[in-house]
Amino acid sequence: MANKKMTIIASKGSLDMAYPPLILATTGAAMDMDVTIFFTFYGLEMIKKGKADHLLVSPLGNPAMPMPVPIPTLVASLPGMESVATAMMKSMFKKHGVATIGQLLALAQEAGVKLIACQMTMDVLGIKKEDIIDGVEFGGAATWMDIAAESQVNLFI
Amino acid sequence: MSADIKFDQLLDAKGLSCPLPILKTKKAVETLTKDQVLKVETTDAGSKNDMASWAKRTGNEILKVEEGTGTFTFYIKKSA
Repeated sequence: MANKKMTIIASKGSLDMAYPPLILATTGAAMDMDVTIFFTFYGLEMIKKGKADHLLVSPLGNPAMPMPVPIPTLVASLPGMESVATAMMKSMFKKHGVATIGQLLALAQEAGVKLIACQMTMDVLGIKKEDIIDGVEFGGAATWMDIAAESQVNLFI
Repeated sequence: MSADIKFDQLLDAKGLSCPLPILKTKKAVETLTKDQVLKVETTDAGSKNDMASWAKRTGNEILKVEEGTGTFTFYIKKSA
């Protein structure tokens, strides 16, 4: 029986939103699925060289984000608050034995997950091919559509 | 106490969260030959359902699940 297929469009580049595509991709691969991640817009951030473990999360505009004490929006907008929120989230993940983004990305590549970077958004955002980690292919909407049309699971994150 | 199931390899995935117990189980099972048994220990409460789904999807057989206080032990026979 042919493997089931899954595609994921990863469009976000914050620490929290980098997790879902990589968790689902590695799990799909572990469940014998052929998985493709298409990185577009800010999702490209996690496949830039040396960036995976330096993504940030912002407390701004996210009332659901847990903080040790309630932080007024005005304070959350102060310089340095992103670093505070990021450090806090990373320590929460570590405490619970969650892999880092860099580890998940490496596991995805090791498991044969196909990584495609969106050429158009790279051009618009001024990202060069040499800025992107090795093993990534480059393509556009039609490249994704071709694979998505044959996949059982297609997600936009 | 029930009779212990014989296993060929032990995977300690205690303290790890989703999806690591599944990813490590997959890797460990790949090193076994057909009909060998992997024993996996986890503390992730989600792993009970996750392991069942993983086994169903990959065609491996869970021989037994033991629940302790905050721990889960799986005996997985490589069937595929």
